[in-house]
Amino acid sequence: MNSVIAFFDRFGRSIFSALEEMGRMLLLFLSVVAWAVRPPFKMRLIVKQMEFVGVKSIFVVVLTGLFTGMVMTLQICYGFRMFSAETLVGSTVALAMARELGPVLTALMVTARAGSAMAAELGTMRVTEQIDALYVMAANPVKTLIVPRVIAGITMLPVLTVVSVFVGVVGAYFVGVPILDINKGMFMKNMTTFVQLSDIYNGLVKAAFFGLILSFVGCYKGFNTTGGAEGVGKATTEAVVIAAITILISDYFLTALMF
Amino acid sequence: MIQLVDISKSFKTQKVLDGLNLTIEEGKTTIIIGRSGGGKSVLLKHIIGLIKPDQGKVLVDGDDITAMNDRDLNETRKKFGMLFQEAALFDSMNVFENVAFPLREHTRMKEPEIRERVRSRLQDVGLSGIEGKMPSELSGGMKKRVGLARAMAMQPQIVLFDEPTTGLDPVMTEAIDRLIFETQRKYNLTCVVISHDIKSIFSIGHQVAMLYDGKIIEFGAPEEVKNSENPVVQQFMAGSLEGPISIM
Repeated sequence: MNSVIAFFDRFGRSIFSALEEMGRMLLLFLSVVAWAVRPPFKMRLIVKQMEFVGVKSIFVVVLTGLFTGMVMTLQICYGFRMFSAETLVGSTVALAMARELGPVLTALMVTARAGSAMAAELGTMRVTEQIDALYVMAANPVKTLIVPRVIAGITMLPVLTVVSVFVGVVGAYFVGVPILDINKGMFMKNMTTFVQLSDIYNGLVKAAFFGLILSFVGCYKGFNTTGGAEGVGKATTEAVVIAAITILISDYFLTALMF
Repeated sequence: MIQLVDISKSFKTQKVLDGLNLTIEEGKTTIIIGRSGGGKSVLLKHIIGLIKPDQGKVLVDGDDITAMNDRDLNETRKKFGMLFQEAALFDSMNVFENVAFPLREHTRMKEPEIRERVRSRLQDVGLSGIEGKMPSELSGGMKKRVGLARAMAMQPQIVLFDEPTTGLDPVMTEAIDRLIFETQRKYNLTCVVISHDIKSIFSIGHQVAMLYDGKIIEFGAPEEVKNSENPVVQQFMAGSLEGPISIM
Protein backbone atom coordinates (compact mmCIF):
# COMPACT_ATOMS: atom_id res chain seq x y z
CA MET A 1 0.00 0.00 0.00
CA ASN A 2 2.85 2.36 0.95
CA SER A 3 4.59 1.77 -2.35
CA VAL A 4 1.38 2.70 -4.23
CA ILE A 5 1.09 5.94 -2.25
CA ALA A 6 4.78 6.65 -2.86
CA PHE A 7 4.26 6.09 -6.59
CA PHE A 8 1.35 8.54 -6.76
CA ASP A 9 3.27 10.96 -4.57
CA ARG A 10 6.24 10.94 -6.98
CA PHE A 11 3.90 11.08 -9.99
CA GLY A 12 1.99 14.05 -8.57
CA ARG A 13 5.18 15.88 -7.68
CA SER A 14 6.62 15.42 -11.17
CA ILE A 15 3.38 16.75 -12.72
CA PHE A 16 3.43 19.80 -10.43
CA SER A 17 7.09 20.40 -11.12
CA ALA A 18 6.49 20.20 -14.90
CA LEU A 19 3.56 22.62 -14.64
CA GLU A 20 5.64 24.95 -12.49
CA GLU A 21 8.45 24.92 -15.06
CA MET A 22 6.00 25.63 -17.89
CA GLY A 23 4.56 28.51 -15.90
CA ARG A 24 8.04 29.96 -15.31
CA MET A 25 8.84 29.62 -19.02
CA LEU A 26 5.62 31.38 -19.97
CA LEU A 27 6.26 34.22 -17.53
CA LEU A 28 9.80 34.68 -18.82
CA PHE A 29 8.54 34.60 -22.41
CA LEU A 30 5.96 37.30 -21.68
CA SER A 31 8.65 39.35 -19.99
CA VAL A 32 10.91 38.94 -23.06
CA VAL A 33 8.08 40.12 -25.35
CA ALA A 34 7.33 43.10 -23.10
CA TRP A 35 10.99 44.18 -22.89
CA ALA A 36 11.59 43.59 -26.60
CA VAL A 37 9.08 46.25 -27.61
CA ARG A 38 9.96 48.74 -24.89
CA PRO A 39 12.60 51.36 -25.75
CA PRO A 40 15.50 52.04 -25.44
CA PHE A 41 16.58 49.30 -27.85
CA LYS A 42 20.02 47.96 -27.12
CA MET A 43 21.20 47.88 -30.72
CA ARG A 44 24.86 47.33 -29.85
CA LEU A 45 24.02 44.17 -27.90
CA ILE A 46 21.57 42.97 -30.56
CA VAL A 47 24.13 43.38 -33.37
CA LYS A 48 26.76 41.61 -31.26
CA GLN A 49 24.43 38.64 -30.78
CA MET A 50 23.44 38.66 -34.45
CA GLU A 51 27.11 38.36 -35.31
CA PHE A 52 27.52 35.50 -32.85
CA VAL A 53 24.43 33.57 -33.96
CA GLY A 54 24.56 34.47 -37.65
CA VAL A 55 28.02 35.27 -38.97
CA LYS A 56 29.87 32.82 -36.77
CA SER A 57 27.51 29.97 -37.67
CA ILE A 58 27.90 30.36 -41.45
CA PHE A 59 30.77 27.91 -41.81
CA VAL A 60 29.00 25.03 -40.07
CA VAL A 61 25.71 25.81 -41.85
CA VAL A 62 27.41 25.88 -45.27
CA LEU A 63 29.09 22.53 -44.64
CA THR A 64 25.86 20.96 -43.42
CA GLY A 65 23.77 22.33 -46.29
CA LEU A 66 26.31 21.48 -48.97
CA PHE A 67 26.81 17.85 -47.99
CA THR A 68 23.10 17.33 -47.31
CA GLY A 69 22.31 18.54 -50.86
CA MET A 70 25.04 16.33 -52.28
CA VAL A 71 24.06 13.14 -50.45
CA MET A 72 20.34 13.72 -51.12
CA THR A 73 21.15 13.92 -54.82
CA LEU A 74 23.01 10.62 -54.70
CA GLN A 75 20.21 8.85 -52.84
CA ILE A 76 17.29 10.33 -54.77
CA CYS A 77 18.97 9.73 -58.10
CA TYR A 78 19.37 6.06 -57.17
CA GLY A 79 15.63 5.76 -56.56
CA PHE A 80 14.45 7.96 -59.43
CA ARG A 81 16.60 6.06 -61.96
CA MET A 82 14.40 3.01 -61.40
CA PHE A 83 11.62 4.78 -63.29
CA SER A 84 13.78 7.12 -65.42
CA ALA A 85 12.90 10.30 -63.53
CA GLU A 86 16.46 11.57 -62.95
CA THR A 87 15.58 15.01 -64.29
CA LEU A 88 13.34 15.54 -61.25
CA VAL A 89 16.24 15.04 -58.83
CA GLY A 90 17.15 18.76 -58.74
CA SER A 91 13.63 19.94 -58.03
CA THR A 92 13.11 17.24 -55.38
CA VAL A 93 16.31 18.18 -53.55
CA ALA A 94 15.49 21.90 -53.81
CA LEU A 95 11.97 21.33 -52.45
CA ALA A 96 13.24 19.17 -49.60
CA MET A 97 15.92 21.71 -48.74
CA ALA A 98 13.62 24.74 -48.89
CA ARG A 99 10.65 23.22 -47.06
CA GLU A 100 12.31 20.90 -44.57
CA LEU A 101 16.00 20.17 -44.43
CA GLY A 102 17.26 23.74 -44.72
CA PRO A 103 15.34 25.13 -41.73
CA VAL A 104 15.57 21.99 -39.55
CA LEU A 105 19.25 21.16 -40.09
CA THR A 106 20.24 24.82 -39.74
CA ALA A 107 18.25 25.08 -36.51
CA LEU A 108 19.81 21.90 -35.09
CA MET A 109 23.34 23.04 -35.95
CA VAL A 110 22.76 26.51 -34.50
CA THR A 111 21.22 24.92 -31.38
CA ALA A 112 24.38 22.88 -30.91
CA ARG A 113 26.65 25.87 -31.53
CA ALA A 114 24.84 28.97 -30.27
CA GLY A 115 21.94 27.66 -28.13
CA SER A 116 24.36 25.70 -25.97
CA ALA A 117 26.67 28.71 -25.71
CA MET A 118 23.76 30.91 -24.59
CA ALA A 119 22.85 28.46 -21.82
CA ALA A 120 26.48 28.11 -20.72
CA GLU A 121 27.17 31.85 -20.76
CA LEU A 122 24.02 32.87 -18.90
CA GLY A 123 24.43 29.91 -16.53
CA THR A 124 27.96 30.99 -15.68
CA MET A 125 26.74 34.56 -15.20
CA ARG A 126 24.06 33.27 -12.83
CA VAL A 127 26.38 31.17 -10.65
CA THR A 128 29.06 33.89 -10.50
CA GLU A 129 26.45 36.50 -9.44
CA GLN A 130 26.86 38.57 -12.62
CA ILE A 131 23.07 38.47 -13.12
CA ASP A 132 22.59 39.65 -9.52
CA ALA A 133 25.07 42.43 -10.30
CA LEU A 134 22.82 43.53 -13.19
CA TYR A 135 19.82 43.67 -10.85
CA VAL A 136 21.84 45.65 -8.31
CA MET A 137 22.82 48.14 -11.02
CA ALA A 138 19.11 48.49 -11.87
CA ALA A 139 19.80 47.02 -15.32
CA ASN A 140 17.12 44.53 -16.29
CA PRO A 141 18.83 41.21 -17.17
CA VAL A 142 15.94 40.15 -19.42
CA LYS A 143 16.40 43.25 -21.57
CA THR A 144 20.19 43.19 -21.40
CA LEU A 145 20.84 39.48 -21.82
CA ILE A 146 17.82 37.62 -23.18
CA VAL A 147 16.10 40.03 -25.58
CA PRO A 148 19.21 40.56 -27.79
CA ARG A 149 19.78 36.80 -28.02
CA VAL A 150 16.16 36.01 -28.87
CA ILE A 151 16.04 38.77 -31.51
CA ALA A 152 19.30 37.45 -32.97
CA GLY A 153 17.86 33.92 -33.08
CA ILE A 154 14.64 34.98 -34.80
CA THR A 155 16.34 37.18 -37.40
CA MET A 156 19.46 35.15 -38.16
CA LEU A 157 17.93 31.69 -38.59
CA PRO A 158 16.04 32.64 -41.79
CA VAL A 159 19.22 34.20 -43.21
CA LEU A 160 21.25 31.11 -42.39
CA THR A 161 18.49 28.95 -43.87
CA VAL A 162 18.71 30.85 -47.18
CA VAL A 163 22.45 30.17 -47.20
CA SER A 164 21.89 26.51 -46.36
CA VAL A 165 19.26 26.00 -49.09
CA PHE A 166 21.39 27.80 -51.67
CA VAL A 167 24.54 25.76 -51.02
CA GLY A 168 22.43 22.58 -50.81
CA VAL A 169 21.09 23.22 -54.30
CA VAL A 170 24.56 24.08 -55.57
CA GLY A 171 25.82 20.82 -54.07
CA ALA A 172 22.94 18.95 -55.75
CA TYR A 173 23.82 20.54 -59.09
CA PHE A 174 27.50 19.60 -58.92
CA VAL A 175 26.74 16.00 -57.96
CA GLY A 176 23.74 15.67 -60.31
CA VAL A 177 24.98 17.27 -63.50
CA PRO A 178 28.71 16.53 -63.84
CA ILE A 179 28.90 13.31 -61.79
CA LEU A 180 25.53 11.58 -62.26
CA ASP A 181 25.10 12.89 -65.80
CA ILE A 182 21.65 14.40 -65.37
CA ASN A 183 20.68 16.75 -68.20
CA LYS A 184 21.66 20.26 -67.13
CA GLY A 185 18.74 22.04 -68.82
CA MET A 186 16.08 19.70 -67.44
CA PHE A 187 17.69 19.78 -63.98
CA MET A 188 17.36 23.58 -63.87
CA LYS A 189 14.00 23.83 -65.65
CA ASN A 190 12.28 21.33 -63.33
CA MET A 191 13.71 23.07 -60.34
CA THR A 192 12.27 26.46 -61.33
CA THR A 193 8.95 24.85 -62.33
CA PHE A 194 8.29 22.85 -59.18
CA VAL A 195 9.75 25.07 -56.47
CA GLN A 196 7.30 27.88 -55.64
CA LEU A 197 8.09 31.06 -53.80
CA SER A 198 5.69 29.95 -51.05
CA ASP A 199 7.89 26.89 -50.39
CA ILE A 200 10.82 29.14 -49.64
CA TYR A 201 8.73 31.66 -47.70
CA ASN A 202 7.15 29.01 -45.48
CA GLY A 203 10.56 27.47 -44.87
CA LEU A 204 11.83 30.82 -43.66
CA VAL A 205 8.85 31.28 -41.33
CA LYS A 206 9.70 27.89 -39.84
CA ALA A 207 13.33 28.95 -39.49
CA ALA A 208 12.35 32.11 -37.58
CA PHE A 209 10.19 30.00 -35.24
CA PHE A 210 13.06 27.56 -34.68
CA GLY A 211 15.34 30.53 -33.99
CA LEU A 212 12.93 31.66 -31.28
CA ILE A 213 12.85 28.16 -29.74
CA LEU A 214 16.61 27.59 -29.65
CA SER A 215 17.47 31.05 -28.30
CA PHE A 216 14.67 31.18 -25.76
CA VAL A 217 15.30 27.66 -24.41
CA GLY A 218 19.06 28.35 -24.22
CA CYS A 219 18.45 31.61 -22.35
CA TYR A 220 15.77 30.14 -20.06
CA LYS A 221 17.95 27.22 -19.01
CA GLY A 222 21.00 29.43 -18.50
CA PHE A 223 19.06 32.12 -16.64
CA ASN A 224 17.66 29.61 -14.16
CA THR A 225 20.88 27.70 -13.53
CA THR A 226 21.62 26.62 -9.98
CA GLY A 227 24.44 24.60 -8.47
CA GLY A 228 27.81 25.86 -9.70
CA ALA A 229 29.81 24.32 -12.54
CA GLU A 230 27.78 21.12 -12.48
CA GLY A 231 24.60 23.17 -12.80
CA VAL A 232 26.00 25.02 -15.82
CA GLY A 233 26.83 21.71 -17.53
CA LYS A 234 23.36 20.36 -16.76
CA ALA A 235 21.66 23.52 -18.02
CA THR A 236 23.66 23.41 -21.26
CA THR A 237 22.82 19.77 -21.94
CA GLU A 238 19.14 20.31 -21.15
CA ALA A 239 19.01 23.39 -23.36
CA VAL A 240 20.33 21.47 -26.38
CA VAL A 241 18.15 18.41 -25.82
CA ILE A 242 14.93 20.35 -25.13
CA ALA A 243 15.49 22.80 -28.01
CA ALA A 244 16.31 20.01 -30.49
CA ILE A 245 13.29 17.92 -29.51
CA THR A 246 10.99 20.95 -29.54
CA ILE A 247 12.27 21.94 -32.99
CA LEU A 248 11.61 18.46 -34.41
CA ILE A 249 8.14 18.15 -32.85
CA SER A 250 7.05 21.68 -33.77
CA ASP A 251 8.37 21.08 -37.31
CA TYR A 252 5.69 18.46 -37.85
CA PHE A 253 2.87 20.71 -36.66
CA LEU A 254 4.15 23.76 -38.54
CA THR A 255 4.42 21.69 -41.72
CA ALA A 256 0.91 20.32 -41.24
CA LEU A 257 -0.39 23.86 -40.76
CA MET A 258 1.51 25.66 -43.50
CA PHE A 259 1.82 23.27 -46.44
CA MET B 1 19.08 54.85 7.07
CA ILE B 2 18.25 51.19 6.48
CA GLN B 3 15.91 49.32 8.80
CA LEU B 4 15.18 45.62 8.68
CA VAL B 5 11.99 44.97 10.62
CA ASP B 6 11.01 41.49 11.75
CA ILE B 7 12.53 39.77 8.69
CA SER B 8 11.95 36.03 8.27
CA LYS B 9 13.14 33.95 5.34
CA SER B 10 13.11 30.20 4.75
CA PHE B 11 14.49 28.14 1.88
CA LYS B 12 12.42 24.96 1.63
CA THR B 13 12.38 23.70 5.23
CA GLN B 14 15.43 25.64 6.42
CA LYS B 15 14.72 28.86 8.28
CA VAL B 16 17.62 31.23 7.55
CA LEU B 17 16.35 34.49 9.02
CA ASP B 18 13.91 34.37 11.92
CA GLY B 19 12.33 37.66 12.98
CA LEU B 20 15.52 39.65 12.42
CA ASN B 21 15.66 43.34 13.36
CA LEU B 22 18.55 45.65 12.46
CA THR B 23 19.05 49.37 11.98
CA ILE B 24 21.95 50.55 9.83
CA GLU B 25 22.84 54.17 10.47
CA GLU B 26 23.63 56.66 7.76
CA GLY B 27 27.26 57.60 7.12
CA LYS B 28 28.63 54.70 9.17
CA THR B 29 30.18 51.33 8.44
CA THR B 30 28.19 48.44 9.88
CA ILE B 31 29.87 45.05 9.91
CA ILE B 32 27.78 41.92 9.96
CA ILE B 33 29.51 38.90 11.42
CA GLY B 34 28.36 35.35 11.90
CA ARG B 35 28.96 31.74 10.99
CA SER B 36 29.57 30.60 7.44
CA GLY B 37 26.24 29.61 5.94
CA GLY B 38 24.45 31.51 8.70
CA GLY B 39 22.48 33.78 6.35
CA LYS B 40 24.72 36.88 6.17
CA SER B 41 24.66 37.04 2.36
CA VAL B 42 20.92 36.38 2.41
CA LEU B 43 20.55 39.31 4.78
CA LEU B 44 22.62 41.55 2.48
CA LYS B 45 20.53 40.52 -0.53
CA HIS B 46 17.37 41.48 1.36
CA ILE B 47 18.74 45.00 1.81
CA ILE B 48 18.96 45.54 -1.94
CA GLY B 49 15.82 43.60 -2.87
CA LEU B 50 17.54 40.65 -4.55
CA ILE B 51 15.63 38.38 -2.15
CA LYS B 52 12.17 39.12 -0.81
CA PRO B 53 11.45 38.16 2.79
CA ASP B 54 8.66 35.76 3.68
CA GLN B 55 7.71 38.22 6.35
CA GLY B 56 8.84 41.67 7.48
CA LYS B 57 9.90 44.98 5.96
CA VAL B 58 13.10 46.46 4.59
CA LEU B 59 12.99 50.25 4.90
CA VAL B 60 15.48 52.30 2.90
CA ASP B 61 15.20 55.97 3.87
CA GLY B 62 11.72 55.15 5.17
CA ASP B 63 10.45 53.41 2.02
CA ASP B 64 9.58 49.73 2.22
CA ILE B 65 11.37 48.09 -0.73
CA THR B 66 9.55 44.78 -0.25
CA ALA B 67 6.30 46.46 -1.32
CA MET B 68 7.76 48.35 -4.31
CA ASN B 69 7.09 47.64 -7.97
CA ASP B 70 10.09 46.99 -10.25
CA ARG B 71 10.37 50.60 -11.40
CA ASP B 72 10.46 52.07 -7.87
CA LEU B 73 12.80 49.31 -6.70
CA ASN B 74 15.20 50.13 -9.54
CA GLU B 75 15.08 53.82 -8.60
CA THR B 76 15.94 52.89 -5.01
CA ARG B 77 18.72 50.59 -6.20
CA LYS B 78 20.42 53.59 -7.80
CA LYS B 79 21.28 54.72 -4.26
CA PHE B 80 23.28 51.50 -3.83
CA GLY B 81 26.55 50.04 -4.97
CA MET B 82 27.51 46.47 -4.20
CA LEU B 83 30.76 44.57 -4.17
CA PHE B 84 30.09 40.86 -4.59
CA GLN B 85 32.07 38.02 -3.03
CA GLU B 86 33.85 37.15 -6.30
CA ALA B 87 33.46 40.72 -7.62
CA ALA B 88 30.94 39.56 -10.31
CA LEU B 89 32.68 41.50 -13.08
CA PHE B 90 31.16 40.89 -16.52
CA ASP B 91 33.46 38.36 -18.22
CA SER B 92 32.67 39.60 -21.70
CA MET B 93 33.65 43.21 -20.96
CA ASN B 94 37.01 44.77 -20.18
CA VAL B 95 37.67 46.78 -17.02
CA PHE B 96 36.66 50.09 -18.65
CA GLU B 97 33.37 48.71 -19.94
CA ASN B 98 32.64 47.10 -16.56
CA VAL B 99 33.10 50.36 -14.64
CA ALA B 100 31.33 52.37 -17.36
CA PHE B 101 28.36 49.96 -17.48
CA PRO B 102 26.11 51.65 -14.88
CA LEU B 103 26.96 55.09 -16.29
CA ARG B 104 25.92 54.04 -19.80
CA GLU B 105 22.83 52.35 -18.42
CA HIS B 106 21.51 55.21 -16.33
CA THR B 107 23.07 58.50 -17.36
CA ARG B 108 23.31 60.57 -20.49
CA MET B 109 26.99 61.29 -19.85
CA LYS B 110 29.09 61.90 -22.94
CA GLU B 111 31.95 59.54 -23.74
CA PRO B 112 34.72 61.91 -22.47
CA GLU B 113 32.83 62.35 -19.16
CA ILE B 114 32.46 58.58 -18.82
CA ARG B 115 36.18 58.13 -19.52
CA GLU B 116 37.02 60.71 -16.86
CA ARG B 117 34.69 59.12 -14.28
CA VAL B 118 36.10 55.64 -14.94
CA ARG B 119 39.67 56.94 -14.74
CA SER B 120 38.90 58.68 -11.44
CA ARG B 121 37.24 55.64 -9.89
CA LEU B 122 40.08 53.35 -10.95
CA GLN B 123 42.55 55.84 -9.51
CA ASP B 124 40.61 55.76 -6.20
CA VAL B 125 41.18 52.01 -5.98
CA GLY B 126 44.82 52.29 -7.07
CA LEU B 127 44.41 50.64 -10.47
CA SER B 128 45.08 53.38 -13.01
CA GLY B 129 45.87 52.27 -16.54
CA ILE B 130 44.26 48.82 -16.55
CA GLU B 131 41.14 49.89 -18.46
CA GLY B 132 41.87 47.57 -21.39
CA LYS B 133 42.38 44.39 -19.36
CA MET B 134 39.77 41.61 -19.26
CA PRO B 135 38.58 40.28 -15.85
CA SER B 136 40.26 36.94 -16.57
CA GLU B 137 43.63 38.75 -16.64
CA LEU B 138 43.18 40.16 -13.11
CA SER B 139 44.14 38.70 -9.73
CA GLY B 140 41.49 38.17 -7.02
CA GLY B 141 42.45 41.39 -5.24
CA MET B 142 42.43 43.41 -8.46
CA LYS B 143 38.99 42.04 -9.38
CA LYS B 144 37.62 43.17 -6.01
CA ARG B 145 39.10 46.63 -6.45
CA VAL B 146 37.63 46.92 -9.95
CA GLY B 147 34.34 45.68 -8.46
CA LEU B 148 34.54 48.50 -5.91
CA ALA B 149 35.31 51.02 -8.67
CA ARG B 150 32.21 49.81 -10.53
CA ALA B 151 30.11 49.94 -7.35
CA MET B 152 31.28 53.54 -6.83
CA ALA B 153 30.78 54.65 -10.44
CA MET B 154 27.28 56.08 -9.89
CA GLN B 155 28.34 57.87 -6.68
CA PRO B 156 26.03 55.80 -4.46
CA GLN B 157 25.02 56.73 -0.91
CA ILE B 158 25.11 53.14 0.34
CA VAL B 159 27.65 50.45 -0.52
CA LEU B 160 27.23 46.78 0.36
CA PHE B 161 30.28 44.52 0.63
CA ASP B 162 29.82 40.75 0.58
CA GLU B 163 32.95 39.29 2.18
CA PRO B 164 35.35 41.70 0.48
CA THR B 165 38.49 40.12 1.91
CA THR B 166 37.67 36.40 1.70
CA GLY B 167 40.32 34.46 -0.18
CA LEU B 168 42.90 37.25 -0.12
CA ASP B 169 46.35 37.21 1.45
CA PRO B 170 46.85 39.28 4.67
CA VAL B 171 48.53 42.15 2.82
CA MET B 172 45.75 42.41 0.24
CA THR B 173 43.17 42.02 3.05
CA GLU B 174 44.72 45.04 4.78
CA ALA B 175 44.78 46.95 1.47
CA ILE B 176 41.08 46.27 0.81
CA ASP B 177 40.16 47.19 4.40
CA ARG B 178 42.03 50.46 4.06
CA LEU B 179 40.34 51.10 0.72
CA ILE B 180 36.89 50.57 2.27
CA PHE B 181 37.80 52.81 5.20
CA GLU B 182 39.13 55.61 2.98
CA THR B 183 36.29 55.36 0.47
CA GLN B 184 33.71 55.51 3.26
CA ARG B 185 35.33 58.62 4.71
CA LYS B 186 35.94 60.36 1.38
CA TYR B 187 32.33 60.02 0.18
CA ASN B 188 30.64 59.82 3.62
CA LEU B 189 29.06 56.50 2.63
CA THR B 190 26.77 54.18 4.51
CA CYS B 191 28.60 50.86 4.27
CA VAL B 192 27.38 47.40 5.16
CA VAL B 193 30.19 44.86 5.23
CA ILE B 194 29.91 41.13 5.71
CA SER B 195 33.11 39.80 7.13
CA HIS B 196 34.65 36.85 8.90
CA ASP B 197 37.82 38.73 9.56
CA ILE B 198 37.95 39.85 13.19
CA LYS B 199 40.79 42.29 12.44
CA SER B 200 38.65 44.03 9.80
CA ILE B 201 35.91 44.64 12.34
CA PHE B 202 38.16 46.84 14.40
CA SER B 203 39.91 48.57 11.54
CA ILE B 204 36.87 49.66 9.51
CA GLY B 205 33.71 49.16 11.56
CA HIS B 206 31.69 51.78 13.42
CA GLN B 207 29.07 49.23 14.40
CA VAL B 208 29.07 45.46 14.52
CA ALA B 209 26.06 43.14 14.32
CA MET B 210 26.37 39.44 15.05
CA LEU B 211 23.94 37.16 13.23
CA TYR B 212 23.18 33.83 14.86
CA ASP B 213 20.22 31.48 14.46
CA GLY B 214 18.51 33.92 12.09
CA LYS B 215 18.60 36.83 14.54
CA ILE B 216 20.92 39.68 15.47
CA ILE B 217 22.11 38.58 18.89
CA GLU B 218 24.55 41.43 19.54
CA PHE B 219 24.82 44.94 18.16
CA GLY B 220 27.06 47.85 19.08
CA ALA B 221 30.44 49.47 18.70
CA PRO B 222 33.28 46.99 17.96
CA GLU B 223 34.69 47.25 21.49
CA GLU B 224 31.25 46.65 23.02
CA VAL B 225 30.71 43.55 20.90
CA LYS B 226 34.20 42.32 21.67
CA ASN B 227 33.51 42.63 25.39
CA SER B 228 30.04 41.10 25.13
CA GLU B 229 29.14 38.54 27.74
CA ASN B 230 27.06 36.55 25.30
CA PRO B 231 28.80 33.14 25.11
CA VAL B 232 28.08 32.81 21.38
CA VAL B 233 29.79 36.15 20.66
CA GLN B 234 32.66 35.26 22.98
CA GLN B 235 33.20 31.94 21.23
CA PHE B 236 33.03 33.55 17.77
CA MET B 237 35.48 36.32 18.70
CA ALA B 238 37.88 33.83 20.24
CA GLY B 239 37.55 31.41 17.32
CA SER B 240 37.14 28.62 19.84
CA LEU B 241 35.72 25.15 19.27
CA GLU B 242 34.36 25.11 22.81
CA GLY B 243 31.03 26.82 23.33
CA PRO B 244 27.42 27.00 22.22
CA ILE B 245 28.26 27.22 18.48
CA SER B 246 28.28 23.67 17.21
CA ILE B 247 30.34 22.73 14.16
CA MET B 248 27.81 20.30 12.68
